[in-house]
Amino acid sequence: MGHVLWVSMKRTFLFLFLVTTLFPLYWIFITSLKPQKDIFTFPLQYWPENITFEHYVNMFSFSNFHLYIMNSLIVAVVAGIFAVIISMFSGYVLARYQFKGKNQIVLAFFVTQMIPLFIALAPLYLLMSKLNLLNKLSALLLIYTVMMIPFCTIIMRGFFERIPASLEEAAMIDGCTRTQALFRVIFPVMLPGITATFIFAFVQCWNELFLAIMFIDDESSKTIPVAMNSFITKFDIDWGAMSAATVLSVIPTLILFAFFQKYIVEGATQGAVKG
Amino acid sequence: MVDPQPQRKQNVVSHKPFFTFSKEGKFIFLCLFPAMLLVSVFIYYPLFKGVLMAFQNYTLFDLSNRAFIGLENFRAVISTAEFSTVAWNSVLWVFVSLFFQLTLGFILALLLRRAFKGRGIYQAFVFFPWAMSGFLIGLIWRWMFNGQNGVINDLLLRTGIIEQQIPFLSDPNWAMISVIIANIWYGTTFFAIMILAALQSIPGELYEAADMDGANKIQQLTSITIPFILPTLLATTLLRVIWILNFPDLIYSMTNGGPAGSTHIITTYMIEKIMYDQNYGEASAIGVIIILSLLLFAVFFLLVTNYKKAGDF
Repeated sequence: MGHVLWVSMKRTFLFLFLVTTLFPLYWIFITSLKPQKDIFTFPLQYWPENITFEHYVNMFSFSNFHLYIMNSLIVAVVAGIFAVIISMFSGYVLARYQFKGKNQIVLAFFVTQMIPLFIALAPLYLLMSKLNLLNKLSALLLIYTVMMIPFCTIIMRGFFERIPASLEEAAMIDGCTRTQALFRVIFPVMLPGITATFIFAFVQCWNELFLAIMFIDDESSKTIPVAMNSFITKFDIDWGAMSAATVLSVIPTLILFAFFQKYIVEGATQGAVKG
Repeated sequence: MVDPQPQRKQNVVSHKPFFTFSKEGKFIFLCLFPAMLLVSVFIYYPLFKGVLMAFQNYTLFDLSNRAFIGLENFRAVISTAEFSTVAWNSVLWVFVSLFFQLTLGFILALLLRRAFKGRGIYQAFVFFPWAMSGFLIGLIWRWMFNGQNGVINDLLLRTGIIEQQIPFLSDPNWAMISVIIANIWYGTTFFAIMILAALQSIPGELYEAADMDGANKIQQLTSITIPFILPTLLATTLLRVIWILNFPDLIYSMTNGGPAGSTHIITTYMIEKIMYDQNYGEASAIGVIIILSLLLFAVFFLLVTNYKKAGDF
């Protein structure tokens, strides 16, 4: 009897968690499918009576949303790749070697995850304007790559530490140089870890808001968050359009998350992931 | 040949990258150089410059006059009427969110510990908020808390809990509660992930032994589960305090500190100083205040919990 009660209590809680987590996502999704008048009619429709794609169509015909998507994709993919490549090497060295100053370097990387980087916002703005990078996508490419390096290095180091050193020892006994061993043996074994790290970096760059707002004002270089931010600052929010934009901007992360959820959980527990 | 086992003493001596250019040293240096160069130039240099700005008269309108003015920026920030609201809001924002995220995350992790059919899919769904940006989540909740057409008002009306719509985000008394609720929704997942990982590292034999000794579920929880995951719990809590405070995105898109500054926390306040007032000096002073209070909190936390290893991730 007690057991049955326990199990049904557990199920009830699990159900409640699921509903509370999914409901806001469901709500924004069905809002994006309702015609403008249905969004504002009472009583609210919990199941859309008339389904329309007009908000999505408007998104692409009345704003440059395709451009924002392209910009966001370029920035997140390229910065993610750069950050991962650079961090593969730094992570490897920090995992495998012991040398003077190593702990300080690890600490310096870790500290960047702790302090409010907004302090650096104003000086970065001035630095970017000196480098003549304001309003250019390359400003975001550069700064996102840099911002992702510490965190990718920490995760990558964790992944490398779990690979036995005997692996590259064996390769080197077989006549590989260290670099060859790295490229032919270690990196292939690390592929799942490298993929996971890339996904973290991609998601963070895809979501980033404040640096993008600071550096980008030109229509042609806007990323999705910057564009959405400019939708807000108008007096009234058009919730049909806004919900469509929200759904569109969540799709890539949704896909990645669905496929790589296991790695993300693993990476989160490395203690390097900002939540 | 490389000896990749870092523990060995002779290795420590042979790798001195910056002083000797042995083959190993060169390799280490080349691998670390790009990462360190970029991080130094684009994170640490602006950071130190930012700290310096806190002591300068630095507004974008008057760049010609960047004199050092001592603690004037700090005085200007702290003496404003809104600063006490900002400080109190920050405390509420961090600790109320933290309390519920921790409690709910812990419950969720306990529920997910034992495998059941569909657990993988279930996890993928409940963990998803983590992958979304605070900006989007703020928007979604802004829409749900809408005073006229918000679904939360509708649900409360339908169930008869309220008789009149509540203007959640335009009433200063409700606005702070609303943003905290959204934050709890967002962060619970993160705790659940961390705690679940820790729970799964507890050896199952401990529970078997406890079962044989006739310990009930509550006893098992207090004498096995909690002591075992306590280090993770403490480390996660400390990290979360830091990150929740450093996380202005959600408030920024949900209320932007309004109405009338009633939902500003210290980081959104700082962003407003940068973006709208363009008073970099005062913004940096706020930044320094944030760093100092976090540092103070971390020291206090480590002393109270007597947890020497919390810094050892």
